[in-house]
This record gives sequence, structure tokens and C-alpha cells, in this order.
Amino acid sequence: MTGYSDATIWLIILAVALGTYGLRWSFLGVFGGRPMPLWAQRLLRYTAVGVLPAIVAPLVVWPAATQGAPDPARMIAACVAVAVGVATRNVLASILGGMATLYAALYLIT
Amino acid sequence: MSAQADLAARSRLTPEQNRALQRSPRQCLRHGFVQALPFILVLLPFGMLFGVVSSDAGLDLGQILGFTVLVLAGASQFTAVQLMIDQAPALVVIVSAVAVNLRMAMYSASLVPWLGGARPRDRAWISYALIDQSYALAIQHYEKHPRLNLDQRIGYFLGAVLATCPFWLAATLLGVWLGNAIPQGWALDFAMPITFLALIAPLLRSPSHLAAALVAVLASLVFAFLPSGLGLFLAAPLAMLAGAGVEVLMERRNGARQ
Repeated sequence: MTGYSDATIWLIILAVALGTYGLRWSFLGVFGGRPMPLWAQRLLRYTAVGVLPAIVAPLVVWPAATQGAPDPARMIAACVAVAVGVATRNVLASILGGMATLYAALYLIT
Repeated sequence: MSAQADLAARSRLTPEQNRALQRSPRQCLRHGFVQALPFILVLLPFGMLFGVVSSDAGLDLGQILGFTVLVLAGASQFTAVQLMIDQAPALVVIVSAVAVNLRMAMYSASLVPWLGGARPRDRAWISYALIDQSYALAIQHYEKHPRLNLDQRIGYFLGAVLATCPFWLAATLLGVWLGNAIPQGWALDFAMPITFLALIAPLLRSPSHLAAALVAVLASLVFAFLPSGLGLFLAAPLAMLAGAGVEVLMERRNGARQ
């Protein structure tokens, strides 16, 4: 790591750490036990289903392992994971189903 | 709630929900720990990769551990190191790496109804350990078992944290020491998408949740050309608006019918 002094590197680490902690602490720390406004609660109910699929979708369609080329094996595995999860409501079954499908599909397709 | 009403409400719960309600906080901790174990599959390769990349980039062990312990956020750590490899100005590195974590503020907000009543000290460590995995696991557990008390919720969260965060650190160290030891054929790159999908699927229990997830998928693909973290920060609020919008529409329609 040429170009950065040790002090600069530690400055970067500490600033990123503080910034990240600030984001994590923000609402939990400030709002605490006070109730959030109703409209905010309504929006926040959809945080998990709004954020997680948005993280995953590009990774499924353009996987890093294939340098971004769409890969049928990974897409099928993703569909199976969702299907098993919706059907069984069981997180572990869904993970195992998805990974098993991925290995089977990679073996059969390539 | 009167005892009678409470009993009536309890009898409407599924056996699984009743079992969850009867766990002591310590049992909740164990439950969260066990349920979080599959995430080690995700964290191990991801953390090892960070160890490899950051030691290749020339960071010393102390600095690598500094990132992993103090920042504790994979995507943001990778962003910072990648930009440092590209010799970006320190301010650009800092702002980009923090921006990748903007979703954490949304996590924080969405946990307020469930954990906001905790003591400030508890909220402080919960905030520190609020990673994708602990959040996703906790929120689907809380929504599935809305009647858990605060101690049970905190216990579950702590269990999930203990099964994930220490392994992130261990994985980074392994990466520094072992280098590229995991064969590509294991396709562990895809363990992360699969585990997230497994967490999302049980949450898709109403048309409004489904609408939010669909908008999230479409918008994240449309905005994929934007720099890392930014697309997500547009897609997620759109998806949340869609979910809330469908919820309002459904309430209106139900109201009109009654």
C-alpha cells in the first residue's frame, strides 16, 4: 500500500468505523422507546423485503464468479431457494435446497 | 389484555409460535445461535477473501484486524481496500465506504419497534453488531413471533451475533494466513445470495410484501449501473414505498367492503 502513510490508513479505518457505527446507531439510539410516526412504521415494515432482494438480484443475474455473465445454474438455484422457502417457511431447508440445486445444475450443465 | 383474551389469543398461535414464546432469554440465545450457524458458510469465504485481498494490498495485520473489528461490514471493507488499491484520495475512500453502509440506517430504523425499548447500553452493542445476517435473521424471527418479549428478542439477536461476528474475524485471519485455499468448484460465491433468498422467502407472506420485493428486484437491476451502494439506496426506498402503498390500498379496499 504505497501512497498512504500508516497514519492515513488508520484515519481511514477509524472514520469508516465511526461513520458506519453512526448509521447503525442512528435510529435505534435516537428514537429508543419513543414510538415512530405511523407512516414511518408502515414504510419500515418493508425494509427487509426492500433491501435484501435489491442486494441479491444483481448477484443472481450477473454473478461475480462468471465475470457477470448470466448463469443458468445459479438462476435455477436461486429460484429453488425461493420456492422452498415460500413453501416450507424454513430458512435452513431453503439454503440446503438452493445449494444442492446449484451443485446439481453446475454438474449437469457444465 | 384480560387473562381470558390472552388465552384466546394464545390458542390461535401455531405450535411453533407457542414454543417460541415459552423460551427463556437464554434459550432464545441458543435458538438464535443455532439458526445463524448456516451463515458461517457465507462469512467464511467472504471473510477469507477480505484477508487475502487486504494483505495482498499491503495492509499489515493490525490494520486488517482494525477494519474487521471496528468496521465489521464486509462490502464496505472491500470498497475501502479496493479504492485504496486504486490510490483514491482518503476522503473518497471514507465517503464511499460509509455510503455502502447506508442500508444500515434503514436496518436501524426498522428495528426500533422491536428493540427500541432496550436499555441504551444494549442498543449500543446491538448497533455495533447490526450486520446483514444478524439483522435479516432477527427481523424475520420477530415478524414470525410478534409476541416475544424484549429480553427474548435481545437474546435471539445476541445468539445470532455470536454465531456470525466472531467467525467473520476468524475468517479474515484464515484468509491472511492461508491465502487462496478454497477451491472455486465449491461455488461458495453463491452462498451469500442463497442465504439471503432463504431469509426473504418466508417474509413474502402478503401481497404488499410481495410487491415490495418485486420492486426491489426490478429497481436494483435497473440501477445496477450506478456505483456500488447507490443503486441499492434508490431501489430499497422505492420498494418500501411500493409495499406501504399496496398496504394502504388493501386497507382501503377492505374498509370499503365492510
